[in-house]
Amino acid sequence: MINVTIDNKQIQVPEGTTILKAARMAGIHIPTLCYFELAGMKFENKPGGCRVCVVEVTKDFNGRPRRNLAPACATDCVEGMEVLTHSARVINARRTVVELILSDHPTDCLTCAKSGNCELQSLAQYLGIRDIPFKGEQSHYRQDMSPSIVRDMDKCIMCRRCENMCNNVQTVGALSAINRGFSAVVAPAFEQDLVDSPCVMCGQCVQVCPVGALTEVDDTRNVMAAINNPKKTVIVNTAPATRVALGEEFGMPAGTIVTGQMAAALRRLGFDYVFDTDFTADLTIMEEGTELLGRIKKFMAGDKSVRLPILTSCCPGWVNFFEHNFPDMLDVPSTAKSPMQMFGAVAKNYWADKMGIKREDLVVVSIMPCLAKKYESKRKEFYKDGNPDIDYVLTTRELARLIKQFNLDLKDMPSEDYDDPLGESTGAAVIFGATGGVIEAATRTAYEVFTGKPLPKIDFTELRGMEGIRDAWVDFDGTPIHIGIAHGLSNARTLLQRVREGKEQFHAIEVMACPGGCVGGAGQPYHHGNSEIIKKRTEAIYREDLGKPIRKSHENPSIKKIYEEYFGEPCGHKSHELLHTHYFDKSEHVEISE
Amino acid sequence: MAVIKLSEAKVNFIKDVCKSYGNKPGEVINVLHKVQGEYGYLPAEVQELVAKELGIPVSRVYGIVSFYSFFTMTPKGEYPISVCLGTACYVRGAEKVLDELKRQLGINVGEVTRCVGACGLAPVIEVGDKVYGRMTPDRVKDVLAEYK
Repeated sequence: MINVTIDNKQIQVPEGTTILKAARMAGIHIPTLCYFELAGMKFENKPGGCRVCVVEVTKDFNGRPRRNLAPACATDCVEGMEVLTHSARVINARRTVVELILSDHPTDCLTCAKSGNCELQSLAQYLGIRDIPFKGEQSHYRQDMSPSIVRDMDKCIMCRRCENMCNNVQTVGALSAINRGFSAVVAPAFEQDLVDSPCVMCGQCVQVCPVGALTEVDDTRNVMAAINNPKKTVIVNTAPATRVALGEEFGMPAGTIVTGQMAAALRRLGFDYVFDTDFTADLTIMEEGTELLGRIKKFMAGDKSVRLPILTSCCPGWVNFFEHNFPDMLDVPSTAKSPMQMFGAVAKNYWADKMGIKREDLVVVSIMPCLAKKYESKRKEFYKDGNPDIDYVLTTRELARLIKQFNLDLKDMPSEDYDDPLGESTGAAVIFGATGGVIEAATRTAYEVFTGKPLPKIDFTELRGMEGIRDAWVDFDGTPIHIGIAHGLSNARTLLQRVREGKEQFHAIEVMACPGGCVGGAGQPYHHGNSEIIKKRTEAIYREDLGKPIRKSHENPSIKKIYEEYFGEPCGHKSHELLHTHYFDKSEHVEISE
Repeated sequence: MAVIKLSEAKVNFIKDVCKSYGNKPGEVINVLHKVQGEYGYLPAEVQELVAKELGIPVSRVYGIVSFYSFFTMTPKGEYPISVCLGTACYVRGAEKVLDELKRQLGINVGEVTRCVGACGLAPVIEVGDKVYGRMTPDRVKDVLAEYK
């Protein structure tokens, strides 16, 4: 431990602690901009580039004051150091730094998608900036709009959080700093569009962008237009993770469960039917679980052609990732569609037929914690005669904006139920929202189907947690089943490489692209680096599961009914037609020309 | 599936260069240096292949290529020609020499260069490393003939 004095406050910190962290320990706020930490998720961005966190070192290791101001995020404390975080000199420098950043930043805050959530805006406010004294050239770049993400690099401040996230946490490698000096910017190779790059649309770059340079595609207007159209029946389905995060946008503490209030608000927005993606999450378990057991039984019977482990396929960011990076393993993931795409297929076929609604008159909207879901809904294989199974995807954030526009406050909403039959779900479905949840839900069903016995305990706590890569052996009444779990795509890559090289064998692996799973999704309310928020949402997911009367997918009465009425059996002919999909090789191949 | 199209000779050369550096990501600048030395420039396909061979994202390779002014993505001629347009050369008819070069080669000026510092020989042009003084439009043909 070493002794340091920050703003006349004496504290002891472990060696290697930065001034910024020491100040935070002492409860002293030092403003930052490029710095970003997601504690417990192995993500720290400290390029020391923006200089907003500069402090005055009045006594350095040599007993003398340091000549230059020091960036607090990138300067380690030394024994006896004395630091001022808000001296006149510091405040002056900090203001100049922000004025310089603003001199090359558009001032269209009124219409910026990030307004109210922008860290640069807050900083300008905090420093009381009323004028930008440095007039001059501004950098301009071509706007790039993918189905999920909008890039407006005129607003980029080169904090490089997105680049760090994309390359180190996700190992996607779509973004890099390019060019130099004034034209330096973060972009895909050759400044190509994101859709042409290896981008998997996970959107974690959007979740960490401090300004409006990276934002989600806004679909709220399209949804309102559909609701306003009397010819259309507009139905909605809500993903598991949205119900434990939406409340944050209305000032509720992280981890508040707002399932019933969300359903009530959606009804007041004018949706004709309010359904739940949890229903099709249960359906996913029936299909994926059956597929898993089928493969295990074949394998045990000595069939060496069986591809194990089975990989989950609910996460569209993960699907894009293996299409780009593991083209040799395209037959390994489950062919089951994601719960959202299953919902679209069920709604536009089974339900539309049942209700006598024509496909083109039915608009299906999804509320998702995710940006990749916007892309997924636009995949060609999920269209029929030019009409998509899912028409629009709104993020949790977009839904919050709509609710506020309707002068509604979630806090005042009564708790209402979802509509039947696509609204009934179990505890197994809700845990799809957290890392380990999909495989736990599958295990609950697969165990009972495989052994023919009721589960001795429903909670598989060994599958839960925040470790990036986890594994557990589950005893299927004498048959040990090896399960792997990864969240964050760098972890998925590591785990898959181990499998590819034959270093480890699993029966099943669950992957979620975002840190923490869907609770930490890119469409969720901005967490601004507070990983406690993600943990609170996760706890809420398991609380919601615990409170459900039915906690196993195969016991969902509406699921039983849909198989009796329509699908026959899991992985049957009709299921294959509507509930399963296939994957494409999106990797780079070298071809000899001339 | 995205396809990188390159001739077999190029593919083999690039793979050999990468291999000679142990396919190490840290050697990317050396690899690019060698490859550009051979082909004069680094088109997108070449960068894609280098990235693939070294196991790094192509965005990173492009980040490096676009950062260092030494690397270029536009093909350069075998013999760079500089026409001095400094004051001395200009008043002694450098522009007419330049017009004649453009006419005979059918190309335009890529970059404007500084004074080459040989005003006594004005007007001056450089082809590759060689300097030609007291140029006239009539002599352009003879100079170019040396490089055909």
